[in-house]
Amino acid sequence: MATTLAPGALPAPIIEDEIQIERHGVWKRFRRHRLALLGAVVIGCITLVAVLAHWLAPADPNFIDQAHWSGYPLAPGVAGHILGTDENGRDLLSRLMYGAQISLTVAFFAVLMELTIGTVLGAIAGYYGGIVDYTIMRITDVFLSIPLLPLLLVLTAIVAASSNKASLGFGVIVVIIGGLSWPPVARLVRASFLSLREKEFAEAARALGNRDGRIIFRHLLPNAIAPIIVQGTLEVANVIILESTLSFLGFGIQPPTASWGNMLANAESNMAIAPWVAVFPGLCILVTVLAINYLGDGLRDALDPNMK
Amino acid sequence: MILFYILHNAPGGPLAPYLQNPHITQADIIRLKHNFGLDRPVYVQYFAWLGKVLTGDLGYSTSNSEPVLTAILERLPATLLLIGSSFVISLAIGVGFGIVAALKPYSAIDYIVTTFAFFGQSMPVFWFALMMQLAFAVTGVTAFGYHIALPSAGISSLDEFNIGDRIEHLILPAAVLSLLGIATWSRFMRSSMLEVIRTDYMRTAAAKGLNRVQVVFRHGLKNALIPLVTIIALSLPSLVAGAIVTESIFAWPGMGRLFINALGQFDFSLLMGYLMMVSVLVVLFNLLADVAYAWLDPRVKYD
Repeated sequence: MATTLAPGALPAPIIEDEIQIERHGVWKRFRRHRLALLGAVVIGCITLVAVLAHWLAPADPNFIDQAHWSGYPLAPGVAGHILGTDENGRDLLSRLMYGAQISLTVAFFAVLMELTIGTVLGAIAGYYGGIVDYTIMRITDVFLSIPLLPLLLVLTAIVAASSNKASLGFGVIVVIIGGLSWPPVARLVRASFLSLREKEFAEAARALGNRDGRIIFRHLLPNAIAPIIVQGTLEVANVIILESTLSFLGFGIQPPTASWGNMLANAESNMAIAPWVAVFPGLCILVTVLAINYLGDGLRDALDPNMK
Repeated sequence: MILFYILHNAPGGPLAPYLQNPHITQADIIRLKHNFGLDRPVYVQYFAWLGKVLTGDLGYSTSNSEPVLTAILERLPATLLLIGSSFVISLAIGVGFGIVAALKPYSAIDYIVTTFAFFGQSMPVFWFALMMQLAFAVTGVTAFGYHIALPSAGISSLDEFNIGDRIEHLILPAAVLSLLGIATWSRFMRSSMLEVIRTDYMRTAAAKGLNRVQVVFRHGLKNALIPLVTIIALSLPSLVAGAIVTESIFAWPGMGRLFINALGQFDFSLLMGYLMMVSVLVVLFNLLADVAYAWLDPRVKYD
């Protein structure tokens, strides 16, 4: 061991030990939750398919099968299209795979952004308290008082119109969703920081002369991480639904890029003759979101047994 | 306020419908802009707008050619009917499911209810709407010898008002909109009821010789409902969002559909008015929930 000790390094071995034990318990509790395990497996499979879409997909997602297509969706099984085609003669299965790519990527990055903003603001508000806390929380209240979906719709419509492009990059969707959905995370993090900053180890970290930033991120944040992980998981499910709703209404991911939401946008008019076009993309959303919700539920039970 | 600024700098803007009209010259546009005060700085416009809002003037809707307030109030009853009936359905079924599940925890019926709740929470509203249309309107369902075919869109098929016809049109959208509420509230009700059942006063009530129904409904229900009040108030935004989707799919002539139409046409004052009204409603509901909470639970005190 070095002669000079870095502040906070002294109790490290003991903490390491405790974390090991703690992790073991988490895994044990999680394993008992069979549906959550199943959810994790399902998400794993879907992610794998999305990543490998380029090699797995039977056709190009934007390729129009003009040899067989006659203006109406082709039924499943016809001309080698396992799930049929959409109203433009494009292979449905391939579009679903590429759609998974888009939907999952948007959800992942939007939640990452949401968690980052929410955690930083919540941590600052909870740690400093007083006027800082008051200001941040009032801003949070303002965001919370406007229902998310109409606000998202207005903003995406504006961005789409002002960029004068037919296709709205998915980065824009990520930023808009991530930038607006952080308030619940901020509240959550603030609540745990309010109690954590009074704990003895926080006191000790302060007494050792650590900077605030170090106390917040190295000492307090690891202790507040469990609810953040749970919330983040459940938020992925929410964002998938949000993005697909936006795309369905025509303000999210723009065609020809396939997303599970915009694949449903035109399905309504052909529903009487081609119900499969409407059924499969929605089924994908439902299964994915269900799997994530079960996973989140299992994680909550495993990571935080005291939480309801 | 930020919203106001962004909306103002968006291209097209409030005069977009006029810009597309070939009979209107550039000079007319400038004149119109001046008349509406659109050539003034944004912050001046914001305070002018805010002042008007406080006196109940939400501006003029360019896509509907009528004042925003009139346009919104005209559609309000349809939306209230839809949201109101979904609310009642969700509350009745959600609370019922929750109680049933809580009375026999970890039984088959509990499993069914919780699984249903998970499905309901994971269901994309618009897809559920499409599937309901597919099942009950496009193909129709034959059950018990009757062929059920419900109207898939609109609020009435006749010009004059007819209660049976209205209900027929209401069934599908209301069912779609209720799903999320049923799912969330039944889950919440279940855990809340489970907690109440374990309390001492419930045991006391049972020990007094009251039968199970009396114990659960007279003593348990009121206490279990208290935390539900907050959840219900907080779910208003999701009801509003759901109404936007449901109304646009079922062509229900309410506020949500008005909003979507205005969005396509860049009707700035209408969008602003809609967001304003909805936000006020949400804040009002939260306030109401706080008051109701304190009234239901005398232990809660506000200072």
